[in-house]
Amino acid sequence: MNYEAVIGLEIHVQLATKSKIFSGASTAYGAEPNTQACAVDVALPGVLPVLNTEAVHMAAKFGLAIEAEVAHRSVFARKNYFYPDLPKGYQISQFELPIVGSGHIDIELESGETKRVGVTRAHLEEDAGKSLHEDFAGMTGIDLNRAGTPLLEVVSEPDMRSAAEAVAYMKKMHSLVRYLEICDGNMQEGSFRCDANISVRPKGQQAFGTRAEIKNMNSFRFVERAINHEIERQIDLIEDGGEVVQETRLYDANKDETRPMRSKEEANDYRYFPDPDLLPVFIDDVYLDQVRKLLPELPDQKKQRYIQTFGLSSYDASVLTSSRELADYFEIVTAKTGDAKLSANWISGELAARLNKEELEIGASRVSAEAYAELLTRIKDNTISGKIAKDVFEAMWNGEGSADEIIGSRGLKQITDSGAIEAMVDAVVASNPEQFEQLKGGKDKLMGFFVGQVMKASKGKANPAQVNELMRKKLQD
Amino acid sequence: MSLDANDIKAIAKLARLKIDEADVPGYATNLSNILDLVEHMNSVDTEGVVPMSHPLDVAQRLREDIVTETNQRDELQKNAPAVQDGLYLVPRVIE
Repeated sequence: MNYEAVIGLEIHVQLATKSKIFSGASTAYGAEPNTQACAVDVALPGVLPVLNTEAVHMAAKFGLAIEAEVAHRSVFARKNYFYPDLPKGYQISQFELPIVGSGHIDIELESGETKRVGVTRAHLEEDAGKSLHEDFAGMTGIDLNRAGTPLLEVVSEPDMRSAAEAVAYMKKMHSLVRYLEICDGNMQEGSFRCDANISVRPKGQQAFGTRAEIKNMNSFRFVERAINHEIERQIDLIEDGGEVVQETRLYDANKDETRPMRSKEEANDYRYFPDPDLLPVFIDDVYLDQVRKLLPELPDQKKQRYIQTFGLSSYDASVLTSSRELADYFEIVTAKTGDAKLSANWISGELAARLNKEELEIGASRVSAEAYAELLTRIKDNTISGKIAKDVFEAMWNGEGSADEIIGSRGLKQITDSGAIEAMVDAVVASNPEQFEQLKGGKDKLMGFFVGQVMKASKGKANPAQVNELMRKKLQD
Repeated sequence: MSLDANDIKAIAKLARLKIDEADVPGYATNLSNILDLVEHMNSVDTEGVVPMSHPLDVAQRLREDIVTETNQRDELQKNAPAVQDGLYLVPRVIE
């Protein structure tokens, strides 16, 4: 039987505020344990949470960016459960009245088609602390530095049908929150993490199957692997006559498998109720208009602009707008070279390959946008060929100097003197008389051979367009 | 609305309350009576009335996003029965 997967994601976006959502303690990552956990965060009796204005602002920005309704009135609720890294015995979250209502984002599929994925809601909440289970002689160590860190939990509709779609959605969301500058997007540090709800059903069936939730995924690669793994597990289970149980599973990256979490029987009975310590949050249209004015150009808008103004392909435009930093890099290079297509090709080609290989983000590129623009300008004005440019780029990456310095010191300047090129053409023809006769006789494939030989003779420095032209002339003689 | 013995045990478990088996029927009766009393309010017509989450007609006050708290770990950990390397120690929560 053919099965179809149904996937919904919950993404926890850690908001990039300086202080916590309800207290004035710092949110900086990596501090000594419990040095950033104040009386409010450790839940001493008598303390009162006071909401961080920046957290509200960031949530509103996000809401507008996904074309959602930002709630005029939202309410904080207590989500009750006992765990030692949650000192109050409840997490302050939002339940019936979240700050952001339903919206959507568009993702690009491998086929090139665009798919709209619904966002059910996004709500503000506080993070819990961290439990450390090793090295404490049978005890558990608790670090409350993370307790009270602001999170925006973004809940998607069950609109995704494959692990690839889920990853595309997650990447788009990751790009969006960084464009909006509401999250640093650092997945290793847990600033952007994801839970997935997964079920399978026979293709064509309307009703959803029973779902399992997978937690503990903090990289795009893990999400893809974990989801694929879970889909296979569920299909195998059903094929073998079993039934999927609704449960929470943890993904173990080392073993590449999901396994059930220790069952918490009444875990889902959180007994939410409005938090009496916090009053409703009101947001009016004047406030939203102000936020709207401050929104940056968003990835989709940028992409459209690149297609329309620069004539880029949809694919190139998508790649270049996938992060704000990459788009900024592209715009600097294009402004200097005056050639958007050349810039796009070389950024998504040579540079992207290099960054990928060394697992670097564009911000860590060893060749700056200005320096790269100089290199591309030299291709454009025929000082060097594209092939030579790759060598120059390599040298630039290794810190050997600017494009012009390397071209100068290595004598890489392209040969455009037709007399010199003609002499090389003559020499190549003279030493390959048989092939030249065949070429003359109509074996066009040999044209590439001759051009290649001339290029080789010139050590790659001859202008390929001129070589082609002179070869063609030679044939007509 | 009536609660049975299982409901009582589930509620006690969620609240981390240890209760005597012998007391369960008594709790069931008393809690059910309270719920019945509250149930009376369902007879009031609340059509078109927005549920009230807070009795005050004011909005949440917001704080500027400024770090105002300094490290108070030593003071705060004086209350803790066990600490090590700056961490609070609690009975092991994972087997």
